[in-house]
Amino acid sequence: MLSRTADHLFWMSRYTERAENTARMLDVNYQTGLLPQSAGVAQVGWQGLLSISELIPAYTAKHGEVNAKAVMEFMVKDETNPSSIVSCLKAARENARAVRGTLTTEVWETKNQTWLEVNRMLRSGEFEADPGQFFEWVKFRSHLSRGVTVGTMLMDEALFFMRMGTFLERADNTARLVDVKFHAVQSDFFGAASEKDQEYDFYHWSAILRSVSGFEIYRKVYRDVIKPERVAELLILRPDMPRSLHASLRAVVENLAQVANDQSSDTERQAGKLLADLRFGRIDEILATGLHAYLTQFLDRVNSLGGRISRDFLVPAGV
Amino acid sequence: MHKFDEMYTQLPYEFFSQGKLIRDHYKRYDAWLAKQPGDMMRKRREEAEMIFRRVGITFAVYGAKDEDGSGTERLIPFDLIPRVIPANEWQSMQRGLVQRVTALNRFIHDVYHDQEIIKAGIVPLEQIKGNAQFRPEMVGVEVPNQIYSHISGIDIVRAPNSKGEGEYYVLEDNLRVPSGVSYMLENRKMMMRLFPELFSLHSVAPVAHYPDLLLETLRASAPATSAEPTVVVLTPGMYNSAYFEHAFLAQQMGIELVEGQDLFVKDGFCFMRTTRGPKRIDVIYRRVDDDFLDPSAFRPTSTLGCAGLLDVYRQGHVTICNAVGTGVADDKSIYPYVPKMIEFYLGEKPILNNVPTYMCRNKDDLAYTLANLKDLVVKEVHGAGGYGMLVGPASTKEEIEDFRKAVIAKPDGYIAQPTLSLSSCPTYVESGIAPRHIDLRPFVLSGKTVQMVPGGLTRVALKEGSLVVNSSQGGGTKDTWILEAAGAASLAVAAQSQSQSQSSGV
Repeated sequence: MLSRTADHLFWMSRYTERAENTARMLDVNYQTGLLPQSAGVAQVGWQGLLSISELIPAYTAKHGEVNAKAVMEFMVKDETNPSSIVSCLKAARENARAVRGTLTTEVWETKNQTWLEVNRMLRSGEFEADPGQFFEWVKFRSHLSRGVTVGTMLMDEALFFMRMGTFLERADNTARLVDVKFHAVQSDFFGAASEKDQEYDFYHWSAILRSVSGFEIYRKVYRDVIKPERVAELLILRPDMPRSLHASLRAVVENLAQVANDQSSDTERQAGKLLADLRFGRIDEILATGLHAYLTQFLDRVNSLGGRISRDFLVPAGV
Repeated sequence: MHKFDEMYTQLPYEFFSQGKLIRDHYKRYDAWLAKQPGDMMRKRREEAEMIFRRVGITFAVYGAKDEDGSGTERLIPFDLIPRVIPANEWQSMQRGLVQRVTALNRFIHDVYHDQEIIKAGIVPLEQIKGNAQFRPEMVGVEVPNQIYSHISGIDIVRAPNSKGEGEYYVLEDNLRVPSGVSYMLENRKMMMRLFPELFSLHSVAPVAHYPDLLLETLRASAPATSAEPTVVVLTPGMYNSAYFEHAFLAQQMGIELVEGQDLFVKDGFCFMRTTRGPKRIDVIYRRVDDDFLDPSAFRPTSTLGCAGLLDVYRQGHVTICNAVGTGVADDKSIYPYVPKMIEFYLGEKPILNNVPTYMCRNKDDLAYTLANLKDLVVKEVHGAGGYGMLVGPASTKEEIEDFRKAVIAKPDGYIAQPTLSLSSCPTYVESGIAPRHIDLRPFVLSGKTVQMVPGGLTRVALKEGSLVVNSSQGGGTKDTWILEAAGAASLAVAAQSQSQSQSSGV
């Protein structure tokens, strides 16, 4: 397969996944905002959301003060913000268009239809009328996109690069989500909290779980009240949690093995090491060294893995 | 102007005239149309547009943005009423096309080798030497099968001859990178989706095997040394107006769609960069103009081609389709010589007519042209896409005078032709069904043999009275039916026997 084609496929999937994760994070903040909470807490939530995507400077330059309405606008429909949902869906569609011949008709039409629809919805005010509904729609378009991909694509290189993009992006996004959400409450992570705080905590943690469709999974796996360290364990280390770092990295490694070429052995080794750390890691160790430090390092390694994949397969240097 | 229609023997006509004044091969369609409810056309058109958008069958318009956010992509207007050609007319046209394209390929080979036709005094030397499309780099180069124009788009119109009978005329030969074939294929798919019942009423010759014939043609043109040739489509990229077609054809043929940045030349061969390292390429179906193919040989700023490609090509290590330098034969100043080429190379009488042409480089022709500007169509020799032309009867005094100055300033840059009363075809427009002018572009494939699918792309000028059918100037397209005389009967039998063999095979 052409390197450029693989590059488009890889990024097409990354942008689709990114749009979904952005919708998930916006949704959880929006839903939490409907609960009674102080203005300060809400502010922290929205600020955190921007910092996940490293967008505070861009946002502040444009809107100044952080407030729910402006952040949502910025993250959903601002075409000058490359991480907004509309920008991600557009980039996914542009990448798909560049390689439409490599995609099945169903995959291409899904991406194209999503883009046509999101433009229509944003123009007609459907997002403002019901943000929750809109976020749900973005998630379902992503589900559809993934489903139509595994359901119709020939299981060859094209599919492997698409899957690699999906899971690398997901590992990155989940790590950022965990980092920011735990950062927000770091002060009373292990401390005894007041009863009111405990109640708040329940909503805080359950909202995070819901944002990764993990609430029911948590209940099923732990059969216990919601505890922060278990939430962290679920999202980082559980191999059976579909959006965990472990599960995402495993899928990256599997797909990488399928496309291996003469120069990719070191990349495979790096990916394998990262997966091994997750397989044999323990949550108490991670928390002891500091969750933030751990996740920062993880994000660096995922980032460097992305760079290596690009160099080995997608944009080979020289002749 | 005399009105001349494809469906009716006389214009203006009343719709649903119950078979009167209707040409035979349209009778069945007319009877079907008369039975349809009034809003059927509108509904089907909306359906068609929705499908085209979803599938993304669009062409790019530079620098424009639609209010619906679809950016610079427009739908090419598709008309629901088919253009029907009886099989006997097509058969003769097909013979004429094979003959014409064969002669044109012989001509290009001759131009770049012994130039017999110039020595014989048929085509003047300065017509070749002075032609910007002549590529000295191609002189003496041997290409597989001596074929230069592998894919030729020949623009044909139907108009009344001196006796008032319908006759086909070649308006223009397109031998560089003719486009539009994807619309031919998609239009048929759309018609079969919207009006399946019409296809059981008519025996319409299929066109869907075009990509197969194209791939066969390209493979047959590979350098002799490659047993299993690797064929690719070279596109300028997704912002090119015909990108949809490039992607479509690559996908239909199951071959890679490459851009210049994917290619490189090493050790006398051309390679593409793949996820498993370099892969050698044998045939490039290029949709990039000569000027942009190789920055080291032609335009140095081009990023759409591949440096060193021309050298590899000249050594015969890769085939470029169409060949470099075919433009020397499809120029409007060469067009008038095509009938003589056919006689010279093939010793045959031309089957297809040329439109009588005045070459302004000749004194007499220039005088005639200047005296009759208001009745003539004047074209720039190097113009394309419907630009750089004057349609005398449809122009204002000022436009005519502007053109007069341009022609006087550079006579050899212009040709003139009588304004043909191009045939019209019923077309569904804002005001309902009305006649609009059409042309036809069949796509002729030359490899080891010359072949084509029946029909081609019918383009229609949607503006009332307009003769310009180009999509960049408000033209649309229609499905083109080559209709077997036997009509529905033979099709019904075919369908039946097929279902029988299927059920007995289980």
